[in-house]
Amino acid sequence: MASLITNIGQLELQNPVMTASGTFGYGTEYQDFVDLKKLGAIIVKGTTLNPRQGNPYPRMAETPSGMLNAVGLQNKGAQYFIDNIYSTVRNIGCTAIVNVSGSCVEDYVKAAEMIDALEDIPAIELNISCPNVKQGGMAFGVKADSAAQVVEAVRKAYHKTLIVKLSPNVTDSTEIARAAEASGADSVSLINTMLGMAIDAERRKPILSTITGGLSGPAVKPVALRMVWQVAKAVKIPVIGMGGISNATDAIEFMLAGASAIEIGTANFIDPSISGKVVDGINDYLDRHGFSSVKDIIGALDI
Amino acid sequence: MLSDAAFLLTLTYGDPLPEMAAGQFAELLVEGSNKVMLRRPISIHKVDIQQNTVEFMIQIVGEGTRTLSQLKPGDKVNTLLPLGNGFSYKDKAFKAPLLVGGGVGIAPLLHLGQELNAMGIKPTFLFGGRSSKHILRPEEYELQGRLFVTTEDASMGEKGFVTDHTLLGKEQFDIIFACGPTPMLKSVARFAEAKGIECQVSLEHKMACGIGACLCCVEDTNDGNVCVCKEGPVFDIKRLKWLH
Ligand SMILES: Cc1cc2nc3c(=O)[nH]c(=O)nc-3n(C[C@H](O)[C@H](O)[C@H](O)COP(=O)(O)OP(=O)(O)OC[C@H]3O[C@@H](n4cnc5c(N)ncnc54)[C@H](O)[C@@H]3O)c2cc1C
Ligand SMILES: Cc1cc2nc3c(=O)[nH]c(=O)nc-3n(C[C@H](O)[C@H](O)[C@H](O)COP(=O)(O)O)c2cc1C
Ligand code: FES
Repeated sequence: MASLITNIGQLELQNPVMTASGTFGYGTEYQDFVDLKKLGAIIVKGTTLNPRQGNPYPRMAETPSGMLNAVGLQNKGAQYFIDNIYSTVRNIGCTAIVNVSGSCVEDYVKAAEMIDALEDIPAIELNISCPNVKQGGMAFGVKADSAAQVVEAVRKAYHKTLIVKLSPNVTDSTEIARAAEASGADSVSLINTMLGMAIDAERRKPILSTITGGLSGPAVKPVALRMVWQVAKAVKIPVIGMGGISNATDAIEFMLAGASAIEIGTANFIDPSISGKVVDGINDYLDRHGFSSVKDIIGALDI
Repeated sequence: MLSDAAFLLTLTYGDPLPEMAAGQFAELLVEGSNKVMLRRPISIHKVDIQQNTVEFMIQIVGEGTRTLSQLKPGDKVNTLLPLGNGFSYKDKAFKAPLLVGGGVGIAPLLHLGQELNAMGIKPTFLFGGRSSKHILRPEEYELQGRLFVTTEDASMGEKGFVTDHTLLGKEQFDIIFACGPTPMLKSVARFAEAKGIECQVSLEHKMACGIGACLCCVEDTNDGNVCVCKEGPVFDIKRLKWLH
């Protein structure tokens, strides 16, 4: 059996398989389906300083090999997380990472500071790429200078592993990735959802209450893979890849393109036990190809 | 097939099926269609403990339900069940329940009828449909209780909508359980509110995960946006913002 251990900054994960924010709740929802102890990490739902109601229903539209969502970061706020959810999440059986979002720099900083104080949360994933909130969110992630500004500010306040989640809705994601790296990020993760739209022709109405939403699932995989490959070449910090990963082969493709770890999102909805299966599948692949460590396949694309 | 657009799907399992409350649902994986990715939520329609089977009554409305209608005997269906919180009827004092259903919304009410009979209570069913063709399996429901019907074209029962039925003027009910299209549920809720009768409605929001993880299926309630898949699909109308 090969070693599955991978590193993201100072953080050592027992394997590269994580679950993507917003698709895995707080982990407990999946306990009946997957042995959480088996996972590299879970990334919990996007958390903001203040509670957010999210967007009105309908928030979801299925599209060919994918889905659009417009949840809009519904969550009860950082203090609620600390008071009511942290005690469960810290004992979930694997590493838990909090996805932090905001609508202004101060909010990101305050939320990050609050999470910094939680002993058993070794990392945050800074979401500067949510397409579903009116201000902030993605706005920070689409320009190098605003990305740098928020990452720098959070870096000063947050002392553990800082992962910055990048948007695919940009002309050149390597530019934003470099800005995040220069501002002190320990890692970048990508991709968040791609801005999309769905229309009900019979009713001549948009399907989502917000008209546009974020596309995820197998439909985005080729784009995600390309972006991970480009970003991995552009930065020295570890890259976390995601976007449409539905099985171990997909996960391995992202690692070959340069990802040090991967996240599984939408696929959890189709098979709630998929994350555990991907861990086993990566292990089989390494054995079959005679690799002694998963690190041997990171960026090992033969060009 | 139950009609040109609805069918019955019966599933069994190697181990004994888990206990399923009326109003809970299953998430069925649709295989063999490249257009359908997400599971489809379908109510528990009927449970047979002796045979270890669960039945689903499904209306064909799109690609997912059409693909499910093409399953052959012996095919396997990857299914998560039971999910959500169903109707609240256990440990509750009532004598004269009214079970109101519209279209395929009658599906969960058969299992509820079974459960109420097991508690020694005979329910009354009141169903609405466009025409007699749309009142599915009436004989099954009549085994569990009295059945009253309204159709829009008067081809069966009284003409009109469920809330127009003369039964409602004649008899007293002390609890209402309803499932069907939202406009129907809202008028049932208004009726129940006016009469001061407890009323529980089952909602059919679009779902992605079905287990409370994605927050796609929310209803705006007095407690804010809550997941229909996890906290529902059945809600007491007092919790909803429909009436005020
Ligand atoms: C808790 C719950 C229980 C349900 N129980 C049953 C049941 O017992 N029997 C049954 O036949 N159906 C039931 N439904 C509805 C069923 O899930 C949908 O009809 C089905 O998902 C449609 O899939 P499709 O691929 O065939 O259609 P799609 O191609 O997804 O949609 C076709 C058309 O139907 C509409 N539609 C899709 N989903 C819904 C929905 N949830 N509510 C209203 N309109 C919708 C779409 O807007 C579209 O116009 C239930 C839904 C929920 C949430
Ligand atoms: C329903 C839903 C909710 C999401 N919520 C968040 C969120 O709160 N924060 C975040 O950074 N990303 C969120 N995402 C994006 C995912 O974490 C992931 O980046 C994206 O879905 C691509 O991966 P996938 O194709 O494997 O789903 C969400 C995605 C979905 C489908
Ligand atoms: S469908 Fe995912 S939370 Fe209800």
